[in-house]
Amino acid sequence: MFKKILIANRGEIACRVIKTARKMGIQTVAVYSDADRGALHVAMADEAIHIGPPPANQSYIVIDRIIDAIKASGAEAVHPGYGFLSENPRFAAALEAAGVAFIGPPVKAIEAMGDKITSKKIAQAAGVNTVPGYMGLIADAEEAVTISDQIGYPVMIKASAGGGGKGMRIAWNAQEAREGFESSKNEAANSFGDDRIFIEKFVTQPRHIEIQVLADSHGNCVYLHERECSIQRRNQKVVEEAPSPFLDAATRKAMGEQSVALAKAVGYASAGTVEFIVDGARNFYFLEMNTRLQVEHPVTELITGVDLVEQMIRVAAGEALPFAQDDLQIKGWAIENRLYAEDPYRGFLPSIGRLTRYRPPVEVMAGPMADAGTWHGDAARGARAVRNDTGVFEGGEISMYYDPMIAKLCTWGETRDAAIAEMRLALDTFEVEGIGHNLPFVAAVMDHPRFTSGNITTAFIAEEYPDGFQGATLPEDQLRRIAAACAAMHRVGEIRRTRVSGRMDNHERRVGDDWVVSLQGAEFALKIAADHDGATIRFADGAAQRVTSDWTPGQPLAKLMVDAVPLVLKTAKISGGFRIRTRGADLKVHVRTPRQAELARLMPEKLPADMSKYLLCPMPGLVVKMYVAEGDEVQDGQALCTVEAMKMENILRAERKGVIKAIKAQPGDSLAVDAVIIEFA
Amino acid sequence: MKDILQQLETRRDAARAGGGPARVAAQHAKGKLTARERIELLLDEGSFEEFDMFVSHRCTEFGMQDSRPAGDGVVTGWGTINGRQVYVFSQDFTVLGGSVSETHAAKMCKIMDMAIQNGAPIIGLNDSGGARIQEGVDSLAGYGEVFQRNVLASGVVPQISVIMGPCAGGAVYSPAMTDFIFMVKDSSYMFVTGPDVVKTVTNEVVTAEELGGASTHTKKSSVADGAFENDVEAMAEVRRLVDFLPSNNREKPPVRPFFDAPDRIEPSLDTLIPENPNQPYDMKELILKVADEGDFYEIQADFARNIITGFIRLEGQSVGVVANQPMVLAGCLDIDSSRKAARFVRFCDAFEIPILSLVDVPGFLPGTKQEYDGVIKHGAKLLFAYAEATVPKVTVITRKAYGGAYVVMSSKHLRGDFNYAWPTSEVAVMGAKGATEIIHRGKSAEDIARLAKEYEDRFANPFVAAERGFIDEVIQPRSTRRRVARAFASLRGKKLSNPWKKHDNIPL
Repeated sequence: MFKKILIANRGEIACRVIKTARKMGIQTVAVYSDADRGALHVAMADEAIHIGPPPANQSYIVIDRIIDAIKASGAEAVHPGYGFLSENPRFAAALEAAGVAFIGPPVKAIEAMGDKITSKKIAQAAGVNTVPGYMGLIADAEEAVTISDQIGYPVMIKASAGGGGKGMRIAWNAQEAREGFESSKNEAANSFGDDRIFIEKFVTQPRHIEIQVLADSHGNCVYLHERECSIQRRNQKVVEEAPSPFLDAATRKAMGEQSVALAKAVGYASAGTVEFIVDGARNFYFLEMNTRLQVEHPVTELITGVDLVEQMIRVAAGEALPFAQDDLQIKGWAIENRLYAEDPYRGFLPSIGRLTRYRPPVEVMAGPMADAGTWHGDAARGARAVRNDTGVFEGGEISMYYDPMIAKLCTWGETRDAAIAEMRLALDTFEVEGIGHNLPFVAAVMDHPRFTSGNITTAFIAEEYPDGFQGATLPEDQLRRIAAACAAMHRVGEIRRTRVSGRMDNHERRVGDDWVVSLQGAEFALKIAADHDGATIRFADGAAQRVTSDWTPGQPLAKLMVDAVPLVLKTAKISGGFRIRTRGADLKVHVRTPRQAELARLMPEKLPADMSKYLLCPMPGLVVKMYVAEGDEVQDGQALCTVEAMKMENILRAERKGVIKAIKAQPGDSLAVDAVIIEFA
Repeated sequence: MKDILQQLETRRDAARAGGGPARVAAQHAKGKLTARERIELLLDEGSFEEFDMFVSHRCTEFGMQDSRPAGDGVVTGWGTINGRQVYVFSQDFTVLGGSVSETHAAKMCKIMDMAIQNGAPIIGLNDSGGARIQEGVDSLAGYGEVFQRNVLASGVVPQISVIMGPCAGGAVYSPAMTDFIFMVKDSSYMFVTGPDVVKTVTNEVVTAEELGGASTHTKKSSVADGAFENDVEAMAEVRRLVDFLPSNNREKPPVRPFFDAPDRIEPSLDTLIPENPNQPYDMKELILKVADEGDFYEIQADFARNIITGFIRLEGQSVGVVANQPMVLAGCLDIDSSRKAARFVRFCDAFEIPILSLVDVPGFLPGTKQEYDGVIKHGAKLLFAYAEATVPKVTVITRKAYGGAYVVMSSKHLRGDFNYAWPTSEVAVMGAKGATEIIHRGKSAEDIARLAKEYEDRFANPFVAAERGFIDEVIQPRSTRRRVARAFASLRGKKLSNPWKKHDNIPL
């Protein structure tokens, strides 16, 4: 076994690899750019080597820098994580030349599968179903349009070297094909240093289901069943689960066996993932094979108990797989939610900044990983598992240079419902402040009836949230629980206020029992009867709820029991009540005496200022291109300018017909969020 | 007998009805509450004791003898806020437009006198059309009496003004002399001369809102210390402020039970200061992480945002915070920030509220605008205020403390009790580059760069100052709350007085 390995990556995946390596007694070497000097993976590794300036194309994806770091550290093997150099055959070849083991598949397999056009041909040859598409290289935008016309819209335009939604566009007409080709090409060049693009039929109403395979260099290859990753936003996975609620045993077996056949066809050895599109009739089509550890691998680990990183390291060291196909059973259900530094209230645009508060839920060990002893890190054992793979910490900085994913929260339960229930609580408990993030959004998805029923497709988000996300709307029973909790909490706070020094003896304020709680447009009159253990809250209609909690004023997280069911609220004081965040909702809750409530009803409702005459910068970023000039008349949907943030090019479009009155930003300008870019007449 | 009791109730009901249902409805239609409704929200339920309910004016000019409503347009009395006594007057716009008559003013004066005598804050809820023109000079005399009492009460009991409707002409000068002015957005305005006069005299066309609305006075003029969304919020927030303030200048600031460990460690503060010394960070994060329960009552949040002022609690006791804000103008001192902070420091000192200063200041803002407008004298106000303050003073330097601004910001030299510095701090006469260019004038750019690096290594740290005792201790950022809380705890018995004087002569 290796004595020392280097992790050619950053963020959560570097941390995750370090954990397994440490468990195996292997020394770890981290690499870092200037932006990651204080990053978590650097702190966790046994040693860390600086490899250059913040942009990945000057540090993390510069092969020579990594090779230098390997030489300097004396590492015997390299784990590439995902992204960056993980599927770069030149990197694997360079390692081979340097006599260093690559913790990944052989160079040939990467080459064969890394190129989507080649991989499709090989898959076809191995008897795997494929989606129609154009396999050749595309010279320019015009050719892209011609090809797209031939395949028939909608088409998917993809970076040949791409992955994770980067350099990928869907075009529904020729104009979009033209634009999509250009921006995919740019993104591909920036992100992967390879601007080749290909186009294929975009299968509507599909599910994304993928098979995890694991092969060694002794000819053994197994599949670790499937993961369903249908909850995607613009081809970026958000929620994953294993197993899929959709597959039957026969389909699972067929997909698994085809995946193994493909892996064997390319002489695969390591962990890999074969992605399929599955339609409503359970027909499945090969999409691509990812010759690396997948972001969402934890859900597979949670239901099989296999530590995939450990197996990758062992395979790279020449060991044979310790299990056969029949040993790999599915036990329980695992869900993963990806925490992105993307603001759902601003169209999911990237958010950067300082994590002023970052408190993930406490990890709990359970299920196959606990049974197999593959759980890494220390966690108490429980009935359901909570696992958080993260690369950030409170006080850390989310920079604009890298992927906006900052954590992967996973839960495991005996059933899908149990895993979802545990996830809801875990999300409510997860505190992230200082940046915009998608926790409220994934919390809303966890409560969505279509998700809970398992009736999902890759169009789920586009269909269910066509106008974006404005926060969840809670049902009345939930509002009542929150109202009861807030009334009890408010009362505790008010009683504390009456205990201030300097009050007039014998003329103290008495805090009453009658309150009116208003939230989400609803109003509840209620009466509190407090005792030693908590409070009984009786609503005007006679219904009563029992609230108990050890919450004290000022605590940002309130963990309560309402009628013996847990309720977790993120609380912040506002005038006359609380801002409450729970289950994807963001509410202003006012707790008032009946008289205060009566007077508050007289207060006018104030509308926010009209900013519709301005194009505001939706995220901090760099203006790359301006397509219009002052005085231009623009049509609804016309591209106005491109703003680059977090390596993604975002085309900002006109929301309605209008005339440009003034342009307030120029290409090259770095803009803050809500900075005015264009003023309309 | 029963008739007499009944007669009292009838008269009371008439007085409580104010200007009658129509005027009350009009008041509500403007999004405003009535004088009595506001008092209900301001004071503890059932605690209001009214004075002078039946006072009415004595004017007989212009037919005024036919309209003598009970209370004369202002409701006065006392009550409690969380059990602590306060005096309050609330002008009733529904009665004669809340205009100030001789008797209206006399009612205000009565409760002001009592407040000063009994040592309780005065809260004024202003909603008045101005002087009662029919009374002429009697009305002016009334204002004068109120002004005199504002001045006598200043520094004796806290005075809080809330502008909840019009406040124009001479009327503005009573709030102007109180400790805090708050406004209600969209329904209040304050100005010495209104839009009509402005138009006549200067030809400027301006709306009342632009001339003297909440936005103008919280952002531009700094006349107001804060603005609230509506009357309900305003009353709730005044209650919250009163919770921080002592009742008078003979009492210690209030203490209340707290639910936050004084020794709470905040590891994230270790990374608050960015690696790049020119990159800003949000000083408010430090304030919130030091404060009990993250509770901060900011004063003048929208004005001179390069300095932050407001109240927090440490171990349940009120503390005034003054902090440079690197997010705005790099946290430098200028005319506005010096004036803002100086006034806040003097308020704290007057009312025995300890002061915590958080320092990251690169110096005073340069420029002709600043010099022509008198930054020398205005900057001196903050220096003066800190130097004369005898309350417990604890200072934490987080990053830059350069030049004269270092001395101003509650330094050891101005009788700072505890002067802490983070390891990231740089206590120096100025930035390395500037200093090197002066010391080594005429050297090549290359030499300057090298010498600046040497200067930085030697002086851009807290240790030179610590070697001299100007810094008492270099502390870990993560333990700031514990260190600061213990420092203030050790100063609870502090006794310090300045030489006897009639009063000082602060550069106004």
